[in-house]
Amino acid sequence: MADVLNALVLLANFLIVPGLTYGSQLALGALGVTLIYSVLRFSNFGHGEIMSFGTMFTIFFTWLFQGWGLSIKPLPTALLALPFGILATMALVMIMDKTVYRYHRENKSSNVIFLIVSIGTMFVIGGIVRFAIGPADQIFFDGTRFIMKAREFKQMTGLSEGLAIKTTQGITIVTAVIVVAFIWWFLNKTRTGKSMRAYSDNENLALLSGIDPARVVMVAWLLVAALAAIAGTLYGLDKSFKPFTYMQLLLPIFAAAIVGGVGNPLGAIAGGYVVALSEIAVTFAYKRVVGYLVAEEHAPETLLQLLSTDYKIAVSFIILVIVLVIKPTGLFSGKTL
Amino acid sequence: MKKTLLALAAAAAISAPAMAEVKLGIALGFTGPAESLAEAMARGAELAIKEANEAGGILGGQEITSTRADSTCVDASAAAAAADRLVNSDKVDAIVGGLCSGATISILQNVAMPTGTLQFSPSATSPALSTLEDNDLFFRASPSDARQGQVISEVLQEQGFNSIAMTYTNNDYGKGLADAIQSNFEAAGGKVTIVAAHEDGKGDYGAEVAALAQAGGDILVVVGYLDQGGKGIIQSSLDAGAYDQFFLPDAMIGDSLTAAIGADLNGSIGTVPGTDSNGATIYNELTKMDGFENGPYSPESYDAAAMVLLAMEAAKSTNGADISKVMFDVANAPGEEILPGELARGLEILRNGGDINYVGATALELIGAGESAGSYREVLVKDQQNTTVRYR
Repeated sequence: MADVLNALVLLANFLIVPGLTYGSQLALGALGVTLIYSVLRFSNFGHGEIMSFGTMFTIFFTWLFQGWGLSIKPLPTALLALPFGILATMALVMIMDKTVYRYHRENKSSNVIFLIVSIGTMFVIGGIVRFAIGPADQIFFDGTRFIMKAREFKQMTGLSEGLAIKTTQGITIVTAVIVVAFIWWFLNKTRTGKSMRAYSDNENLALLSGIDPARVVMVAWLLVAALAAIAGTLYGLDKSFKPFTYMQLLLPIFAAAIVGGVGNPLGAIAGGYVVALSEIAVTFAYKRVVGYLVAEEHAPETLLQLLSTDYKIAVSFIILVIVLVIKPTGLFSGKTL
Repeated sequence: MKKTLLALAAAAAISAPAMAEVKLGIALGFTGPAESLAEAMARGAELAIKEANEAGGILGGQEITSTRADSTCVDASAAAAAADRLVNSDKVDAIVGGLCSGATISILQNVAMPTGTLQFSPSATSPALSTLEDNDLFFRASPSDARQGQVISEVLQEQGFNSIAMTYTNNDYGKGLADAIQSNFEAAGGKVTIVAAHEDGKGDYGAEVAALAQAGGDILVVVGYLDQGGKGIIQSSLDAGAYDQFFLPDAMIGDSLTAAIGADLNGSIGTVPGTDSNGATIYNELTKMDGFENGPYSPESYDAAAMVLLAMEAAKSTNGADISKVMFDVANAPGEEILPGELARGLEILRNGGDINYVGATALELIGAGESAGSYREVLVKDQQNTTVRYR
């Protein structure tokens, strides 16, 4: 019995807890991408950099609060600064929409133009971030580091495997649940949310029934800004903030959105967890897990690893290709790209 | 009048060679992953040049000048272009550089060998450079990582580690050193449970650490960079409770790592090139007097530039092939020992046809195909400081 528990704890420590954390971060990112796609009808490649921008402002406010001696220990100060980071990101996307996207909307530019414009905004925002905070690593986590340490867990349970849960992992998962619940409530229960869905389903019909397109677009952007700032800050808290890594996040985020079905909020969340868990599960070495479960003389000699961790990034690509070939609308039937 | 002018011009033409100068190119990675090392290294090489100039120059009083060029660290074509400019446009007589192994190999194959220019690298450590065809034009003041692999294996054996897990940064340096450690450790009867690469500059190393943890091992050998993936791997291992003791090769030894990880790093061990000879102490004083901070591979850079100049004097030539022939005589015994700050004495002995044994800032001893034999400092992290256990 202890062996089975050990195997489970081992999986939880190295696969499930990190996978759920990373999955939550991807899900929030993918939710932002999918909202833009369903309302404004283009793939926003600038999303990674918008996340980075929001995180940067959260860091600036964190530093400010730390300077004032403000703290909410054991939680990190960044949570206190996050609302201000969200406001800054909202200001950014509003300016971006007014100066760049509105022109193309009024001229009814094609989706490809929108996509290329979003790549342009990606470079501009990326440049601003690197200019303002620099390209180096920033660690802005403070407060208590662990909810549960591996060593404490071992002492508590008497098992030979430890389970470590970082504070940031707990915060990430809890925040993701709250945000997702809010978005669901907003889209399904409020007037504005319903009008957004109507606009997304059929633009002309929505216009005829008196829905103000400018308002729908603005609300969509504000929601996306909040989602991006939250996702970016959670990722930065859990790992560390480095502008470059946010651009690399774009691929798993798009993979998550497409796997779930672009334009479908529920799909984006499921997609985030599918991509994150499979990225870790495919490159995980199951040697010790199997070792606990089978008799000692059958314990495996090899690592039982499907793919070397070098190919971690390729897993997103593989999932993307499989989904596009087999079910182009995604698991939850979103729009085709 | 015309004749006088002509005579003057002729005189000027004749006297021109007497005013000739010797030029050194300093090609280091001023931009890229190792840029924080490059400035102290360049200053080290320039310090040797300054010292030789104060001693009256070389080859019958010719002044030595130097030009810097950015060889980068990871961009092989940029390294070749920078070295090409040094040789063909600035007309340098020899190159001190490059910094990283990949850039160094590129300079050697694309510029140094085709033009017959001598190249002396202060810091390239890839084992590949020991066996690469070089027309005897390549030397280095750093030891090959084949040697470091041997030393690391010895340290691990002595500390009683029988099984190790290892991760390396995915480049020439990481792969070369990891291979050297693995072959030496296995030859000595140890077990390497896993060798996995990691990429630098990633946000998350959870998957890498998960695989390393499953393989098992008494200690995790992290062949990476202290400000990059190496730090991420260690932090992630500690967070997940996967490993609590680490072995840190040369590129992982630095104050920024002990500061970033904190008390959890205590008890980890490592090796870094270093010597307890008084050359190192003297060099440290010289850098202070010259007004710059001594840093990793700065002593090696001083030695590289000093060796090139001394060998030119010994060979009475700036031709690459000629200098190459006397390099071992200048570096190794027999002869008068020359420490940093004693270049004037060394040059004088060579001018008078004597023999010297250049010790320099790193107790330089050339072996094999022209690389430093290498002595290492064994490091133990204690109270969040890198402390010296001993030299070997």
